[in-house]
Amino acid sequence: MVRVAELAHLELSPEETETIRGQLDEILTYIEKLNELDTANVEPMAQVLSTEASAGNPALREDKEIACNVAKDVLAGAPDPSPPYFRVPKVVGR
Amino acid sequence: MSPKAAGNHWTAESIRAALAAKKVSARELTAEFYSRIEKQNPHLNAFLALSPERAYAQADRVDALVAGGKPLPPLAGVPMAIKDTISTRGVRSTCGSRILENYVPPYDATAVERLERAGAVLLGKTNCDEFAMGSSTENSAYGPVRNPVAPDRVPGGSSGGSAAAVAAGLAVAALGTDTGGSIRQPGALCGIPAMMPTYGRVSRYGLIAFASSLDRIGPFATTVRDTAAVMAVIAGRDSNDSTSAAIPVADYAGGLDAPVKGLRIGIPREYFGEGMDPAVRQKVEAGIKLLESLGCRATELRMPHTDYAIATYYIIATAEASSNLARYDGVRYGLRVPGETLLDMYRKTRGRGFGAEVKRRIMLGTYALSAGYYEAYYLKGQKVRTLIARDFQQAFQQVDAIVTPTSPVPAFRLGERTADPLQMYLADIYTVTGSLAGVPGISVPCGKTPQGLPVGLQIFGPAFGEARVLQLARAFEKAGGFAI
Repeated sequence: MVRVAELAHLELSPEETETIRGQLDEILTYIEKLNELDTANVEPMAQVLSTEASAGNPALREDKEIACNVAKDVLAGAPDPSPPYFRVPKVVGR
Repeated sequence: MSPKAAGNHWTAESIRAALAAKKVSARELTAEFYSRIEKQNPHLNAFLALSPERAYAQADRVDALVAGGKPLPPLAGVPMAIKDTISTRGVRSTCGSRILENYVPPYDATAVERLERAGAVLLGKTNCDEFAMGSSTENSAYGPVRNPVAPDRVPGGSSGGSAAAVAAGLAVAALGTDTGGSIRQPGALCGIPAMMPTYGRVSRYGLIAFASSLDRIGPFATTVRDTAAVMAVIAGRDSNDSTSAAIPVADYAGGLDAPVKGLRIGIPREYFGEGMDPAVRQKVEAGIKLLESLGCRATELRMPHTDYAIATYYIIATAEASSNLARYDGVRYGLRVPGETLLDMYRKTRGRGFGAEVKRRIMLGTYALSAGYYEAYYLKGQKVRTLIARDFQQAFQQVDAIVTPTSPVPAFRLGERTADPLQMYLADIYTVTGSLAGVPGISVPCGKTPQGLPVGLQIFGPAFGEARVLQLARAFEKAGGFAI
């Protein structure tokens, strides 16, 4: 649990960790029912649209330059802007 | 005619006619809906933000078209509400989360842009479960929504604010988002038509992602005709969403009143097992009889993987969510909780900004994707998803549509299910299947329980078969599905 929270960059209180532990145990037990199914010869569904449905879709759109003047609006909504940058705490310690 | 004259029963069609005949102006209509919201929203909590400046500017554009004798676009003057998980330029979009409490998107979702281009007046943003994770709208950081039909009960979720707004007459139509049932289930619990289109039919550009392989935008309205009218506007290829399909959009309105005689409807036995409220069962069975009385031929089907859908869904949806929600880190937008280091800031921001359900799902999804567990969970889920999709493909070789209940239970009491996440997940048992398969589905009103709580009938169609789904829903509504 502690390792998963670390991977998820999530600070949890000890109480939260305990509550979530119990709930995830219950949910994971429920999920185990998938093991009743033999899926050895089943392909994973990695794409939702069928091949036919996406047939008309251009794989890549035309590579053309389009003006995108949103930097000012985006930075205006940032927690700690320092245009044209976002400021963050120190990344590498001494 | 004063804007009040039609009571709660304005439709896109009646609005167009009234505008063209100059019986009402778009500005008057907008004012009328804002006055309803002002009166009812403090109680219902359906709206999180209002956008009167934008709405009145749009109403004035519509009124100028009327004054100039110009043709009116299909949704001219129609007051609409937008779920808060859908981006609206200049209008706060929180996704029901504290982490986006002050977030103002710099652009519009494609669906929003298309609605406005079609003349719709966007009144504001509606409440929802945080990041659309929930089945009751009780996971909103801004308080639960009340069901307008039964105020001590939930409106369903996660698009509960959109459903409640339309059901209460605070908007003529609304957009919601559906990942596992989040449009259809609140539609059923509030007693209005609600549609999840085929995956790829409506652009997801600007939909704030929860689970990208499942998320869809779709409409709520008070009639199937209006549902079709909104669908016609928002459907179609968008170069900003590479998963949107280039398949031409069918003429939804044109086929709406075609006879349904001879259509084959499949009734999957797996959707009528244990756990269904007896009153829901009785209404849905009566609904199937009503369709048969219209000449539909009902066949019993087997969809053997139905029972595995919830487990599959909660692996795939949470895995995708854990990845999508990684972007909320306090750097570029939303909440930041200061920390000594970058990592410390990420962890504190996310720990404080996300609510309990979102944390639970991020944890489950991170676990399902982590080294050593990926194959047992995520890959297994993806494989079972193939089997569930195959159940649908095989069914549609035999039938034109699949008819089921939308929700096993009618609207439950506020607080009744919040303590047990797994019980809440099981509320989506009949809707997640279609989400996983990528097919379209609608919930259409199917009478009320003896307690007066709405029941929804769900109709699934094959991929890109929206026209047939809408046609059946319309025939059902017209024949008296509402009154069963």
